[in-house]
Amino acid sequence: MAALVNVPTRAKRGDIIEIRTLTSHIMETGFRHTMDGAPVPRDIITSFTCRHNGAEIFRADLFPAIAANPYLSFFTVAKESGKFEFEWIGDNGYSSIASASIIVE
Amino acid sequence: MIFWRAIAAATLFAATPALLAGEIPSDARRSGYSFMGPDTRAMQDDDTSNPGMLFVLDGEALWTRKAGSADKACADCHGDARDSMKGVAARYPAFDRALARPVTLDQRINLCRTNHQQATPLPYESRDILALSAFVAHQSRGVAIAAGDDPQAKPFIDQGRTLFTQREGQLNLACTNCHDDNFDRRLAGSPITQAQPTGYPLYRLEWQTLGSLERRLRSCMTGVRAQAYDYGAPELVALELYLMSRARGMPMETPAVRP
Repeated sequence: MAALVNVPTRAKRGDIIEIRTLTSHIMETGFRHTMDGAPVPRDIITSFTCRHNGAEIFRADLFPAIAANPYLSFFTVAKESGKFEFEWIGDNGYSSIASASIIVE
Repeated sequence: MIFWRAIAAATLFAATPALLAGEIPSDARRSGYSFMGPDTRAMQDDDTSNPGMLFVLDGEALWTRKAGSADKACADCHGDARDSMKGVAARYPAFDRALARPVTLDQRINLCRTNHQQATPLPYESRDILALSAFVAHQSRGVAIAAGDDPQAKPFIDQGRTLFTQREGQLNLACTNCHDDNFDRRLAGSPITQAQPTGYPLYRLEWQTLGSLERRLRSCMTGVRAQAYDYGAPELVALELYLMSRARGMPMETPAVRP
């Protein structure tokens, strides 16, 4: 699924940088019913992880009350150049990844 | 006596907006964007926080994917959308000579699918049709709306204007009663906008997804307790054409974000 990540391409060592992520997901709560009364099964993203050069720097658990196409923004300190990897995991074996690089001077 | 006078005054007051009813002067037209709060504006302005861009990305992938028994992708005929589709959505709904009626961008995509790709048409409001039309319309972002230039579209614009000013539903309201006469006021806490369709298909936070102008029109009709026209109905296309011609010259914003 499509994902949009926004990481500054360059930063000074020690700078606080903002990382913004947006991913495409219906986030079906599991509390709704169809017109016939049959429950719509839950289908949500349950976990989001961000790693920098392999080390986990941010993790979030997601729940049914979170809107469709979850947008997450968080801050970190720029320490070294390298790659940010993002992973979304959810119901029904859902898995999606994205990555972005940064140059720290 | 005071009671009757009050009723007479109330009647007079209620009648006044009808007397003032009229089209918005072109320099007083405002996009729905200008009615939004700073947070929603910021969401639309930043392409990495605008959820509509997720659909544009999907549409970009669909543009080059082969479909149907002709085994052709959109790109096989139209090439790079950045050149070939620039300004196209700003002219839609456009008059189709073969069908002798105006067609919307969604209908044009489906006509291309059936006639040139030999593929099944995509259902209205399905993810793929929204993604494709968002991708095509996104190429016109910033381009001035130019729909309704074709003289053959004139009778359909007139039909759309008639529908726009015609009262309907149990609340007995016409589009014009809110969107021409009372914009900038509030309805149940929400701002009433001018109904300028500058950013469709757009991401509505209430819908939690992208939606077409037809979906928006249908939900307004349901709101005044009228029976909404079916998707693709000639009346909806005429309304869409009238609204786009009413917004002539305003820049396209697709994919817009609205609350």
